Amino acid sequence: MSTTQEGMFGVEGTGDTSGYGGLVRSVANPGSTERPYGGYFDQLADDLERAYPDFADAITKVVVDRGELTLHIKKERLAEVAKVLRDKLLFEMCMGVSGIHYPERTGSELVAVYPLLSMTKNQRVRLEVSTSELDPHIPSLVNIYGGNNWHERETFDMFGIIFDGHPGLTRILMPDDWDGHPQRKDYPLGGIAVEYKGATTPAPQNRRSYK
Amino acid sequence: MTPNDSKMFDPYAATRETTEGTVYSVTGGDWDSLVSEIGEAKEERIIVNMGPQHPSTHGVLRLVLELEGETVTEVRPGIGYLHTGIEKNMEYRSWTQGTTFATRMDYLGPIFNETAYCLAIEKLLGITNDIPERASIIRVLMMELNRISSHMVALGTGALELGAMGPMFFAFREREMVLDAFEAITGLRMNMAYVRPGGVQQDLPAGMVPRLRDLVTELRKNFKDNEKLLVGNTIWMKRTEGIGYLDLAGCTALGITGPVLRSTGLPWDLRKMQPYCGYENYEFDVITADTCDVYGRFLIRMAELEQSLRIIEQALDKLDATEGQPVMVADKKIAWPAQLALGADGLGNSLDHIREIMGSSMESLIHHFKLVTEGFRVPAGQVYAAVESPRGELAAHLVSDGGTKPYRVHFREPSFNNLQSTSAMSEGGMVADIIGAVASIDPVMGGVDR
Repeated sequence: MSTTQEGMFGVEGTGDTSGYGGLVRSVANPGSTERPYGGYFDQLADDLERAYPDFADAITKVVVDRGELTLHIKKERLAEVAKVLRDKLLFEMCMGVSGIHYPERTGSELVAVYPLLSMTKNQRVRLEVSTSELDPHIPSLVNIYGGNNWHERETFDMFGIIFDGHPGLTRILMPDDWDGHPQRKDYPLGGIAVEYKGATTPAPQNRRSYK
Repeated sequence: MTPNDSKMFDPYAATRETTEGTVYSVTGGDWDSLVSEIGEAKEERIIVNMGPQHPSTHGVLRLVLELEGETVTEVRPGIGYLHTGIEKNMEYRSWTQGTTFATRMDYLGPIFNETAYCLAIEKLLGITNDIPERASIIRVLMMELNRISSHMVALGTGALELGAMGPMFFAFREREMVLDAFEAITGLRMNMAYVRPGGVQQDLPAGMVPRLRDLVTELRKNFKDNEKLLVGNTIWMKRTEGIGYLDLAGCTALGITGPVLRSTGLPWDLRKMQPYCGYENYEFDVITADTCDVYGRFLIRMAELEQSLRIIEQALDKLDATEGQPVMVADKKIAWPAQLALGADGLGNSLDHIREIMGSSMESLIHHFKLVTEGFRVPAGQVYAAVESPRGELAAHLVSDGGTKPYRVHFREPSFNNLQSTSAMSEGGMVADIIGAVASIDPVMGGVDR
């Protein structure tokens, strides 16, 4: 799976005369991995398939990249898979949720990533679910991993992902009456230009920068 | 005072009728007028806002307490008062510049923030095995020194918050020695941005290893002062034993790591279980307690100081053996081009390097310019790299889109996660014990809010 990036500098329409603005680069993203996955990942996948008969239906993609295993899961199956992983495969701990916003991936713009840890087996696995910006709902894992409470509130605060079933999904870092979700890519960083000795340094988001 | 008198204007204790009964709001210091009014009330349910400005809440933490007399029925922590948008800011800076941001999150453990972030970048770049041995040794050395300085704050402020002032003096004396060492090595006492992608910023200055050996000897002697003050001290034990109870089941459910988890008897330490930076080559013990309480966590931190000293001693031996070896990855497309050197006007770019790029090699100049302004590109993908910080599992989740800046940076902060357990530890206990419970979690609000 690869995507392309155009231009060199982050800001467009500045009268770039260098010619570099016409650059087109192809970026290779880690794609789906076929067996054997290597390490303990094969055993883990086998165990999960045995413990969870709907494996093939619920898990859309398995990615092994840089020594880490990522299971891409249909969002409506997330809670089931997490419960099986916790109860049958001994992944006792969920280390939180991290959101990612890909505005160009139509229909699956918002991604939630759950790093799971098994202390018993000393293993890690990552779950990934995606949802649309227009319907930003993902089932909450608070009933399964209680520690995800604040993490889900943070991801809601920063990305606007609504975790269905969360006991009290309110903002946690930003003020309660804040507009927007700051870590989405279309949310500006802000900042002001600074003038010093006649020269002006633009705010970080307006600086010419390399992609 | 009769109920009628209370209708007189009182700027500190206003009353208001609600569907749940009379609500008394006290904003000032006049307890007498409140107490005299509450004397009339049938139900005594008090809601106290503790913080965000409160000397015992470890920074700007707000705790909304619901009390029945002195018994806590509900604790709701409120955070976000120190939110600085570090994760968002890092998306607008190059990978190398990110260390300067990451180091400022948990301000008591800057080296851990940097190391977690740099280990994640190195994993993304696929150069984890190319990091020079000496760089890893220096990272370990710095992390363990940092663990000591962080634990010193945890112990000193924790004791101070429970009313013991002496330990604070000793703890900060020791912490100051460690910070002096940091200053001698990196130029800064905290927020050093010393650990960089590919290695560390610069090698140790001349004469540092013997100086650190002296420091170890002195610290080992000094730690006894606090030990004598607190270990086995009846008053201290009465304030900490059985307080802030959280067992293993509670810890796993809430994702708690670090000393709180180890106080349940589980020897879970990433340095042993999932070693990084060559921790597998050091001999040290994972300290546990089985009391699940504040006293156990205190003992763990006390004993971890000695383990850190052991690791530092081994690291110093290894540094002697690797004298003169590089501290930055050999790949010139990633390694920072400029070297620092001490000149007549202070520390700055090495004159040899300036001479080379300005006088003799245009290619070097181009290379320097490209790497400093543009930075290096990191292949697309995501990684999760965790280190054992003084508070538990500190991890960086990095996503790259193949560019010169991170696409997404997320830190799994142990303080943020562990602070959730305040309610579980404190509800049902006495209001004064909340302080002990929070102190034993050792949250750093800079890390909680990022």
